[in-house]
Amino acid sequence: MRFVFFLLFSCIIFSQEREESIERGKLLYEDLCLRCHSPDGKGIKGIYPPLDKSDFLFKHIKESIIAVKEGGIEGDIIVNGKKYAGYMENMGLYSDEVADVMNYILNSWNNKYDKIITEKYVDELINKK
Amino acid sequence: MKNIQIIIFLILSINISCAQFGETYVRDDETINTPETINYEIKNIYSDVEIPWSIEFLNNETIIYAEKKGEIFIIKDGKSLKVGNVPEVYLRGQGGLLDLELHPNFAENNLIYISYALGSREDGGGNTAVSRARLIENKLTDLELLYKAEGNSTRGQHFGTRLQFDNDGKLFFAIGDRGNRNELPQDLSLDGGKIYRINDDGSIPNDNPFVNDENAIKAIYSYGHRNPQGIFLHPKTGKIWTNEHGPKGGDEINIISKGKNYGWPKITYGINYSGTTITDEKEHPEMEQPLYYWIPSIAPSGFAYVSSNKYKKWKGSLLTGSLKFKYLERLVLNKNNKVVYREKIADSIGRVRDVKESPDGFVYFSVENKGIFKIIPKE
Repeated sequence: MRFVFFLLFSCIIFSQEREESIERGKLLYEDLCLRCHSPDGKGIKGIYPPLDKSDFLFKHIKESIIAVKEGGIEGDIIVNGKKYAGYMENMGLYSDEVADVMNYILNSWNNKYDKIITEKYVDELINKK
Repeated sequence: MKNIQIIIFLILSINISCAQFGETYVRDDETINTPETINYEIKNIYSDVEIPWSIEFLNNETIIYAEKKGEIFIIKDGKSLKVGNVPEVYLRGQGGLLDLELHPNFAENNLIYISYALGSREDGGGNTAVSRARLIENKLTDLELLYKAEGNSTRGQHFGTRLQFDNDGKLFFAIGDRGNRNELPQDLSLDGGKIYRINDDGSIPNDNPFVNDENAIKAIYSYGHRNPQGIFLHPKTGKIWTNEHGPKGGDEINIISKGKNYGWPKITYGINYSGTTITDEKEHPEMEQPLYYWIPSIAPSGFAYVSSNKYKKWKGSLLTGSLKFKYLERLVLNKNNKVVYREKIADSIGRVRDVKESPDGFVYFSVENKGIFKIIPKE
């Protein structure tokens, strides 16, 4: 019984943490991402890749995190069957902000992601690179 | 209550989004001409670039350019040399390393002026700064901070800025409204949304317009600006000309006059990028009208005046990059300073960041991820 309470408690903490991160991420998205990827996350076909229902994003979450932190995915990428040849500028986000904006993107519009991206995880990816 | 504040903040955030990234909203510009005959060639002279925010000439053959992420390079014969001791910049959104400008007497004093976003998370974000240093053997020395806008912010918008000396040796630069149009551009006691004028050592000229205004920032020369990112000194009149990122349909060209109010956000020809209205007012008796405004917005970058005879019929034209439509634009003015013709040069080349005329009269421009280009006239 105690264990169940513990689990329940952990779940509440987890979801609260995630909700707060998403809320912070939304502000960052409005400030730094929306102008290209658009408010609805659909981007512009052929110019700026969509984030909403993006097969590339969900297949390459790690690469996407590194791209947000350091700018640019090199070379052409295929997103939902369409080729994108651009690059993404380094917006100067700190690791915790990268985590927040990723949590927002992964849980907005039609997107759903059951894990939480943390500052620690972002740092680990950058350091491993 | 907190939710309401967040919602209001979000609505404001969307409204303040910038012409620079207006791609989301407008795709084609049908108001500009494509030249019928092209008697020039566009030559890539250097290609290893990311965001070459500014270019400047050390002499006819040598270019110095700034990468937004915080590096400076000297280019000669297609080879690059990295400049050492570049000050650390606050890389955030549109902020980073911005413009370079040589002292009018650079040949003797080696002084180079640098504008950049300065700050850190611990400082509550950053704001635009202007420093000078001596460029000696590919290194900056004696770095000296001349101006730093107060009011740091983590917002990514509207740092400005370009640097330009006038014929009296005064340095002009603009600082954008930092995404805070409601508070900054019309308040002379706050930085942002202003054009500034300082002496070459950073001191305030005693004939600046607001030196006797107790509450005003004394370096201010004009106000009511949104985000100027192009500037040149008109060779005939000695006046400072700027272009400015406006809201949707509100990108402007202005001739900068002492102490004048250019109206932002009280008057504008533009609307919010979301399509909502900022103000119905386009004119005000105490505010300046732009010399020209672009519809649709082109997201203008570097700005130059063609003074040489190198290109047939180009003398006296203005050149500016379009970040949005990815071309270099040439504007022809009549003798009343009215824009009578516009054409694309280097159509679809990419996001043009800066354009300059070299000391020997050739036009060079820089393009994000593409390189630095020279326009070579054909016989």
